[in-house]
Order: sequence, then structure tokens, then C-alpha cells
Amino acid sequence: MSATVFVTAILSSMLINNIILTRFLGVCPFLGVSNRIEKAMGMSVAVIFVMVIASAVTYLLYYYVLAPLEISYISTIAFILIIASLVQLVEMVIKKVSKKLYNGLGIYLPLITTNCAILGVVELNINAGFNAEYGMWNGFFVAVTSALGAGLGFALILFAFSSIRERLDHAPIPANWKGIPVSLVVAAIMALAFIGLGGIA
Amino acid sequence: MQEKIDYMKEFSKGIISENPIFVILLGMCPALAVTGTLETSLGMGVLVIFVLTLSNVLISSVRHFIPDNVKIPAFIVVIATFVTIVRMLTQAYAPALFDALGIYIPLIVVNCIILGRATAFASKNKVLPSLVDGVGMAVGFTLAIALIGVLREIFGTGAIAYGVYLPLGIEGSILNIESPLFNIGILTGPAGGFLVLAILLAFFNSRKIKKQEKEKAARKKVAASKRAAKAAAKEVAA
Repeated sequence: MSATVFVTAILSSMLINNIILTRFLGVCPFLGVSNRIEKAMGMSVAVIFVMVIASAVTYLLYYYVLAPLEISYISTIAFILIIASLVQLVEMVIKKVSKKLYNGLGIYLPLITTNCAILGVVELNINAGFNAEYGMWNGFFVAVTSALGAGLGFALILFAFSSIRERLDHAPIPANWKGIPVSLVVAAIMALAFIGLGGIA
Repeated sequence: MQEKIDYMKEFSKGIISENPIFVILLGMCPALAVTGTLETSLGMGVLVIFVLTLSNVLISSVRHFIPDNVKIPAFIVVIATFVTIVRMLTQAYAPALFDALGIYIPLIVVNCIILGRATAFASKNKVLPSLVDGVGMAVGFTLAIALIGVLREIFGTGAIAYGVYLPLGIEGSILNIESPLFNIGILTGPAGGFLVLAILLAFFNSRKIKKQEKEKAARKKVAASKRAAKAAAKEVAA
């Protein structure tokens, strides 16, 4: 078990299999909160936070509870419940610990439950079979690392995209392309650029 | 008679005036992710019709028993249950579709349309209207993603294949066009999803803007004729 495994996990889930541009996960918040940089960053931090914790908890739940009991077919129900309660828990903890952080992240947290990026990354991690490839605990760390990478990839794209959108506000755009359509064109061009990263791995 | 008209309206609003993808902009993730070909879009559409209709019916029939503060978790569990059923059925009867849709089948749980209809409609209305609303919305969603799928497949590959993912019993393709115009590789990839959706949205936007302008012009005309009539009346009075 060397460090390269972790580096590869982070890079591949952050750049090569970017969740927004190649897997289309989390497109709703991508279009919804990307009109201002501060908003986009608030959302990204909240997503990274919940994504990493959710991957850790669901990994343990899947391999210690669902798989031994042979009830892995209810995994979707179990995962979404875990995510929903985690979001609540994180919200309460942040509220108690830091009022300032809560004011920053508070409004984004409830939105995260229905953010398909979280459930998507959790399902991808289980489907990837890190358990079989690296063993139980190493697999756990690889799963958490790739969740972190996916979250960072989400943050990176959201940051770049919201910066572009702030400038688009001042550009002369035909009325029917204003708003979502032109944003989607920007996303398409960014996705084209990301195809080039596909060869790295 | 009154009620019948109402149901028709509930049904058609999901397809045209409140189309989930082109008008309300909900459920964008599957609209981009599974629309590489017509068949995967239709497959996803069928699954969504199934889940949305059943979840709307169940949620509206138990709407009086769910306390307000656990509303969302309760809805999510209902939806997740139906998604699990759908997932197992797909795996058993359409394995090719199951492989093609991959993680997007469990992700129907977090499709904003389904939870959106549950909170906005099913939790406030009777069972039958909820059923009609669910079917209408899901059909609207299916038609929208099928449109995206058709455009991406035709312009991306120059043909429309059938029987590859859906268990139709026959396999082949129609509309084989051998032309560089109909062989744009990027359209079948991720960038194509964004691009085709952007073009379609811009197209629908321009139609909406034209319609609004027409209405505005018509209103101006009416106002002008009213003013003229008033002035004429004043003159007569004077």
C-alpha cells in the first residue's frame, strides 16, 4: 500500500472522472448556486464535508452490516437515510460549534440531501469494489480519499464556472441564450477541455 | 364534465406548460447523463414514469398520517423503496439497460422532479389527481429526454439503433445516414449533453420571448383602441 494509490485516487476522481463534467452528478447545484463566487464556495465546502463523512459511514455500513446480512439490495434506501440524517447532524453540530460557519454553510446544507453528487459518489465507491481490491481497511481509506477527490473536483469546477458566470453577466448575450442556456454552453466547452485529461491515467 | 376537463389539464401541464426539463429545469442530471441514445432515454423515462406515478399515489393516500416535520424523510423512503423495486425488475428483465444506466438507476431517488411533485402536489391533493399529475409529469420528462436522446444519437452517429438496450427481441438500426454532418462524435460524449440541452433551451426561450412580445403588442393595441374610443366619447360629450 503506497502513497501512489491515494494520489491516483484523488487525481482520477478529481480531474479525470470529474463528477460534474463527465458524470453529470450535481448539475442542479452547479447551475443553481454558481452565479456568485462566495455562494459557490459555500456550497462546495458543504458538499466536500458531507461527501467525505457519508462515504466513510456508508462504506462501513455496507461491509459490516448490509453485506454480511445479505441485504445489500436495500442499500439505496439505507444510503439515502444515512445521508439525510448526516446532513441534519452536521447542521446541528455546526450550529453548536461555530455560529459563523453556520451562517456561511447553513442555507446550503438542507439542499445537499437531494444533491445527486453525494449519493452518486457513495454508490460509485461501493460499485468500485475497493474492498476486494485493497482489503477492508485500505479500501476504506481509498474510498474516503476518492470521495475527497470528487468533492475537490466539484469545488474546482464550481469555482471556475462561477468566475466565468460573473463575467458573463456583463457580456452582450442574445435574450434567448441568457441565463441557463449560455451557462450550459460554457459547461460544454469545459467538458471538452476535460476530455483532454482522460489520457493521464 | 367539470372534473374531466380538470384531469386533462393536470395531465397536459406536465407535458407542455410545466415541462420538468424545459420549463421548470428540474432533473437535469439524468437529462444529461442517460441521453446518449434514444433507447437509454426511453428506458430511463419508463423507470421514472413507474416511480413517479406510484410514489405520488402512495404519498397522497397516506398524506394525512405523515407529521409535517418528518415529511421529507418519509417521502424519500417511499421513493427509495419504489426505486429499489424498479432496480431489481430492470436487472431481471432488461439487463442491458441495467448496465447502460448504471448508477443512474439508484440516483432516481434524488431526482428533484419526484421529490418536487411529492411535496408540491401529492402531499396536498387527493389520490386521483395525484396519479394524473404523476403520469403527466413523468411523460413530459420522458418526451423531453427522448427528444434530447434522438438529437444526440442522430447527429452523433447518423443512425437510430433499436433493440440494443431495450429487450425488444429484434436488433438493428434505422435512418442510416452516411454524412460527416451526422457523425459529430462529441455529441455522444459528455460535452454533447450540455450542448444539445443548451440549444434546445435557447430555442424554447426564443419562442417564449416571441410569444410574450406578441402578447405585449396585442395588449398595446387594445389599450390604444380603448384610448381612442375614450377620446371619441369625450368629443361626443363635448
